[in-house]
Amino acid sequence: MASIGINDIRSKYLLEMLDISKEFPGVKALDKVNLKVRRGSVHALMGENGAGKSTLMKCLFGIYHKDEGKIILEGKEVNFESSRQALDSGVSMVHQELNQVQTTRIMDNIWLGRFPKRGPFIDEEKMYNDTLKIFKELDISLDPRKKVGDLPVSESQMVEISKAVSYNSKIIVMDEPTSSLTEKEVSHLFKIIRELKSRGVGIIYISHKMEEISNIADEVTVMRDGKWIATRAIRHITTDEIINLMVGRDLTHRFPPKTNVPGKVMLEVNNLTATYQPSIKDVSFQLRKGEILGVAGLVGAKRTELIESIFGARHISSGSIYLNGEKIHNKNPHAAIKNGFALVTEERRATGIFSVLDVGFNAIIANIDKYVKRTGLLDEKQMAEDTNWVIESMRVKTPSHKTSINSLSGGNQQKVIVGRWLLTEPEVLLLDEPTRGIDVGAKYEIYQLMLHLANRGKGIIMVSSEMPELLGIADRILVMSNGRIAGIVDTKKINQEEILRLSSKYL
Amino acid sequence: MYKLKEGIDAKVKAPKGLTKKAVLDWMMNNAIFLVLIGLLMIIISVSPDFVSIRNFRNILSQASTRVIMALGVGGIIVAKGTDLSLGRQVGLAAVISASLLQSPTYAYKMYPDLPHLPIFIPILLVMLVTGFFSLINGFVVSKLKVDPFIATLGMMVIVYGVNSTYFDRPPYGAQPIGGLDPNFTHFAQGSFDIAGFKIPFLVIYAAAVTLVIWTLWNKTKFGKNIFAIGGNQEAAVVSGVNVTKYLLMVYTLAGFLYGLGGALEAARIGSATNNTGNMYELDAISACIVGGLSFSGGIGSVAGIVTGVLIFQVIAYGLSFIGVNPYLQFIIKGLIIITAVAIDSRKYVKRK
Repeated sequence: MASIGINDIRSKYLLEMLDISKEFPGVKALDKVNLKVRRGSVHALMGENGAGKSTLMKCLFGIYHKDEGKIILEGKEVNFESSRQALDSGVSMVHQELNQVQTTRIMDNIWLGRFPKRGPFIDEEKMYNDTLKIFKELDISLDPRKKVGDLPVSESQMVEISKAVSYNSKIIVMDEPTSSLTEKEVSHLFKIIRELKSRGVGIIYISHKMEEISNIADEVTVMRDGKWIATRAIRHITTDEIINLMVGRDLTHRFPPKTNVPGKVMLEVNNLTATYQPSIKDVSFQLRKGEILGVAGLVGAKRTELIESIFGARHISSGSIYLNGEKIHNKNPHAAIKNGFALVTEERRATGIFSVLDVGFNAIIANIDKYVKRTGLLDEKQMAEDTNWVIESMRVKTPSHKTSINSLSGGNQQKVIVGRWLLTEPEVLLLDEPTRGIDVGAKYEIYQLMLHLANRGKGIIMVSSEMPELLGIADRILVMSNGRIAGIVDTKKINQEEILRLSSKYL
Repeated sequence: MYKLKEGIDAKVKAPKGLTKKAVLDWMMNNAIFLVLIGLLMIIISVSPDFVSIRNFRNILSQASTRVIMALGVGGIIVAKGTDLSLGRQVGLAAVISASLLQSPTYAYKMYPDLPHLPIFIPILLVMLVTGFFSLINGFVVSKLKVDPFIATLGMMVIVYGVNSTYFDRPPYGAQPIGGLDPNFTHFAQGSFDIAGFKIPFLVIYAAAVTLVIWTLWNKTKFGKNIFAIGGNQEAAVVSGVNVTKYLLMVYTLAGFLYGLGGALEAARIGSATNNTGNMYELDAISACIVGGLSFSGGIGSVAGIVTGVLIFQVIAYGLSFIGVNPYLQFIIKGLIIITAVAIDSRKYVKRK
C-alpha cells in the first residue's frame, strides 16, 4: 500500500498509529494522536479517564472508524473492520471487563470461532493439548477443562492472555489488567509479560497504577483531552512528571495533607461472624470519629464481605455492632441507611449506578425517604437542589441533571455515587475500592473529600487493594486474612512488607 | 383521529438542520410512527368513511379499558418483570362482577336470590380478588425468585382454572353471564353530552387512572423505586430500596387495575364468559413495548403506554373497518411488535 516506500526507516516500530483523529458529534475525541510501539517492549498508555485511551484503542480494532490518520503494522498500513480481523492479523486485547462465555470450558473460550476439527467434529484432544502447551509456555497451571465461570478474576485473565498468545499476537493491548489482582498475581502477570516481551511481542499497557508502570513499562505515552502529550522512555521520567503530564497541572502530592484528627470511639464491631461461610469470622474492631480506617488484604480475604455485613447486605450469625454506645441491628441496607451508614460498592457498574437512568435520579435515590412530603408526593424542588449540590460539591462534569449517567466518565460516575451517599448524611461511610478505575485527578478529589468528611467527625472505612492509597490516606489499617483480622496497625508505623506478611497470616 | 395525531406530534421532534443523516436519524427514531401513519393512510384511502366521530369515539372507548390494563402491566415491565396472567385475571374480574350485577328481573341469574347491589361493591370486590392473585405473583417473583415469565405463566393457567370452575356451575352451566344491571352497563357504556359531543364515561375513567398512575410513577417514592429496581436491582438494594416490598406493591397495583379493567370490560360488552380477556396480556404488553418500555427494565413512560395502546386500537379497529381478515390482522399486529422492538434495539446498539 501507500506507505511501503517508507518501510525501512520505520521498521524499528511494530505498530505505529499516526495522527489519528476521531470526532463524535460535538466532541473531538482524538486530535492527531501518535502511538508507536517497539517490538518486544511494553508501552504504557496513560491519561485520565476521558483522555481518549479507549477511543484510540477502539480505532485500532476497527470498533470505531478513525476520521484521519494511519495505522501501520509491521510497515504495512492496515484498516481493521472488526476486532476479529485485528485478531487474525495479530492484534489482540485483554479487556478490563472480560468478555468470556462463563458457562463453557477454558479451552472452548480460547478456541472459540476456530475450533480444531477432525472431519465434521471438534477435535477435543488437539484443543486440550494445544491449550496445555500455551499454559506451559506461560507457566500457568490450570486445567483447560475447567469452566470459566468457576475461575477467579485473575485466572480468567490468564485465560484471556493465553487466548491472545494462541492467535500468535504481535500486539497485545492490556486494559487495566491488574485492577482486581493481588500482589502475587500481579507478579505472575508481570512474569508472563516479560516472557511475551522476550518473544518480540509489543504490549500496550493501559493502567492508572504508577508503581506498575515504572516496574513493567519501557516507554510511556501520555494523553490528555484527546491529545497526544508526550512519549518518553520510562527511565527518563519520574512518576510525578507522568502525573503532571496527565493532569496538566502541578500535582506535587498524590495525597492531600492529612488534616483529620480521630476523636472518641463511635463504632464498635464485636465478634462479627457471617452465616454463610466461608466469609468473615469473629471480626472485632473499633472506629473513631473523624478516623479513616483502611482495610487491606488479598483477594478472598473477605474485605467486601466485612463491610457488606456491617451494612446489613449479608446475613450475620453472631456478633454485635454499637454505634455511639447504642446497640444497633442493621438487618438490611434500608435499616443501615436509617442508622447512618452508607456504602459505596466495589462494582460500580453492577451495584452502583443505574445506567439507564439520569444523573439526577442516580444522585437522589438513596435519600428518597427525605423527599416524601406529607401528601405522599416527592419534593421536586429539594431533589433538584440536592442534585445540584452533588454536582457542584463533587465537581461532577455533566451537562445537566437529565444526562444519562452512562455517558459520564468512570470518575464522574463515582463522584455521583459518593455524592448520593453524602446526601443521606451518614455517620459511618463504608467505601469499597472507591478509586478503582478512576484517574489520578479524580482520585485526589475523592481523597480530599474523605478527609473533609473525617474533619466533620464522620467515621470512614475504606477497603482498598492499592497499598500506597492505604498508606497515604488511612489513619490505621485493618489487615484481613482469610476472613479473620490479622492485625490492626497504625499507618505511621507500618510498611508494605509488614502488611503483606499479615495478609497471609491465616492462609 | 385528530387527537392521535397530536400525540404523535408531541413525540416527534423536529430535526435540526435537514442534512441527509439528520433526516435518516429522525426517520429511524420515529420509524414505528411512520409505519403506523402509512397503515392509517391505507385504511383511510380504502375507506374514507373511517374518519368519523363515531369511529373516533368507538376507538377511544375500546382503548380505555386497554389503557387501564396496560398501565398495570407497564409498571411491572418497568420493574423488569412481566405478567402473562393479565388476560385471565381480567376474565376472572369480568365474570365475577357480571355474576354479581345481573338485572333483578333477568331469568337466568347465577345467584337468583342475590339482592340488588350498588355497583361499586362488586367492582371493589373483584379488584381485591385480582389484587390478591397479583400479590401472589409478586410474592413468587420477589420471595421465591421465580422468573416473572414462568411465575405469571403458571398464574395465567391457575386463574383460568379458577374462573372456569366458578363460571361453569349449575344451574345454568357454562352460559355467558348476561342480563347485566342497566346501572352497571350504563356505568361503562354511557357518556357525557358536552355541546353535542358525547364523551364516553370510559374515557373519563381511563384518563383518571392515567393521571393517578402518572403521578405515582413521576411524583412519588414508589415510582422512583420501581425504576430503580428495574434499572439495577443490586444497586437498588444497596441504596436501601426494599425490593421485595416494592415488587409486591407493583404487582398488586397491577392486579387492582386488571380488576377494574375486567369489570369495565364486562359492562362495556354487556356480558362475560370464562374466555373474556383471553390474550389481552399480549395486547397490553405489546402496547407497552411499542410505547417505548424496555424489557430490560428501568425505561418507560405513562405517555408511551397510552400512545402504544391507542396505536394498536386504531390499527385493529381500522383494519376491521376496511374488512381485513382477522387472521391477517394477527399477522400485521405481530409484525408491528417485532418491528417496534427491532427498531428500538437498533437505537440502543447505535448509542453504544
